[in-house]
Amino acid sequence: MDAKSLKKRIAELEAEVETLKKASNQGRSKIEKMSAEVVDSNPYSRLMALKRMGIVDNYETIRDYSVAVVGVGGVGSVTAEMLTRCGIGKLLLFDYDKVELANMNRLFFQPHQAGLSKVKAAEATLCDINPDVEFEVHNYNITTMDNFQHFMGRLKCGGKMQGQPVDLILSCVDNFEARMAINTACNELEQVWFESGVSENAVSGHIQLIKPGETACFSCAPPLVVATHTDERTLKREGVCAASLPTTMGVVAGLLVQNVLKYLLKFGDVAFYLGYNALLDFFPTMQMKPNVDCSDSACRKCQKIYQKRLAEEIPTEPEKGSKVEEPVSTENEWGIEIVAETLGDDGDKEQNLDLGKGIKVAYTLPSKDDKENDNPETVTTNTDSLEDLMATMKQL
Amino acid sequence: MVDDLTKKTLSNIPLLKTKAGPRDQNEWVNRLKEEYKALIAYVENNKENDNDWFRLESNKDGTRWFGKCWYIKDLRKYEFKVEFDIPITFPATAPEIALPELDGKTAKMYRGGKICLTDHFKPLWARNVPKFGIAHAMALGLGPWLAVEIPDLIDKGLVKHKDEKES
Repeated sequence: MDAKSLKKRIAELEAEVETLKKASNQGRSKIEKMSAEVVDSNPYSRLMALKRMGIVDNYETIRDYSVAVVGVGGVGSVTAEMLTRCGIGKLLLFDYDKVELANMNRLFFQPHQAGLSKVKAAEATLCDINPDVEFEVHNYNITTMDNFQHFMGRLKCGGKMQGQPVDLILSCVDNFEARMAINTACNELEQVWFESGVSENAVSGHIQLIKPGETACFSCAPPLVVATHTDERTLKREGVCAASLPTTMGVVAGLLVQNVLKYLLKFGDVAFYLGYNALLDFFPTMQMKPNVDCSDSACRKCQKIYQKRLAEEIPTEPEKGSKVEEPVSTENEWGIEIVAETLGDDGDKEQNLDLGKGIKVAYTLPSKDDKENDNPETVTTNTDSLEDLMATMKQL
Repeated sequence: MVDDLTKKTLSNIPLLKTKAGPRDQNEWVNRLKEEYKALIAYVENNKENDNDWFRLESNKDGTRWFGKCWYIKDLRKYEFKVEFDIPITFPATAPEIALPELDGKTAKMYRGGKICLTDHFKPLWARNVPKFGIAHAMALGLGPWLAVEIPDLIDKGLVKHKDEKES
């Protein structure tokens, strides 16, 4: 083909791209103010109806809030979509992964998005669903040094108003390291956050509200799991790392966003810990106090601040939620129990955690006394320089 | 949960004492020295026992590690690149060791070639913070993983010896 026909072909293709773009941009234009008018063309009419029904006083204030979703996978993507459809003010999305065909057993992402970064693909879809939401996306792993600094900075200044902190952080990640990184950031920033998760066998999940200093942080105790009476030690793991179901993930995302809405718009009671046992359709709840010996010093600092604030407050009426202790139910028709874990080599004492029925710790840790009595020989490095050690290692 | 051989290997790796991660500027240097000491002792011990199986080095901050590991089957040596970052939550959480060349070849891996560890690893690590370091993660994590996965990958033809590749 000569230059002339090539140019012609380019023009044709450009025109085709334009038409396709137009076809895919069937989305609506921005709406300045949320209206309660009940017409087919108003995307907010059913949400604003919550006010008329007396459920929420102030639905339109949802536009003032900024929420960070960390992990845009099976739970995080659905969470982000729900918040987008609810008209949240701003969403910050963090994930370093790409969309893969192996993700198609979950909701939200579509096969044609395979290969795109999850945050970019999510932003495109969500923006189309609701252009009133402001999006900020970051495609990186939050647990490494440089990224973590940036991550903390965005939590601190990425609010709806420039320079203000984010209102709520939602952990929708699938690993312990990332949860601990979020926990570290939120303790240092005294930032309220929700933890969420689905078990690797796909039949249980949980959400947990963490208010640094007031409720147990993620480091205060070993990870909590919902007992499903599937023995972890006999769980068939041949050839797989994890299973997942769109159902369990959808349920957990729904429970998470429901509690986010209640927290932000101040209606109903917000769950501190809500578990989901899919095998028994059982939903245990509980609240856990922070651990005074928590290994995270920022958590211990938050606890002191909270206790001081409590002491200064003059209680006029008993605080809601902590008033009367409800009688402990002795019914147990499903045979649900807290399973004692003796994973340890030397059978540590079960930690004295006040967990709800049907909730257990993933593993036990040695008690503080055991740790103090235990003085093993450790390496001594007084006389070595790091450079020498690095050189020695290289020469091996 | 830990077999006798692993116990013996573990007893030969010095324990660490400084609870510091890469964000703890001064203390991190001490932790890093301990990491190197323990790794050197472990590699020397492996050599003595005719079980030398990896080399590692780090960038100067000690936040990124790389090197190689190898596995011998039928007198043939199969070598793989190893890499991992030290997470800001270290040593409360173990490093996530990755073998990027094997990404996509086995289901016992997470994205990016991070190896999928057994249920026993995390509790064991958590119970031994801050005494366990990188050397322990290699001995308890990567070592057993290679022993299970590599023979299987060779049998399936997914991993080939370098002589076979060239031919």
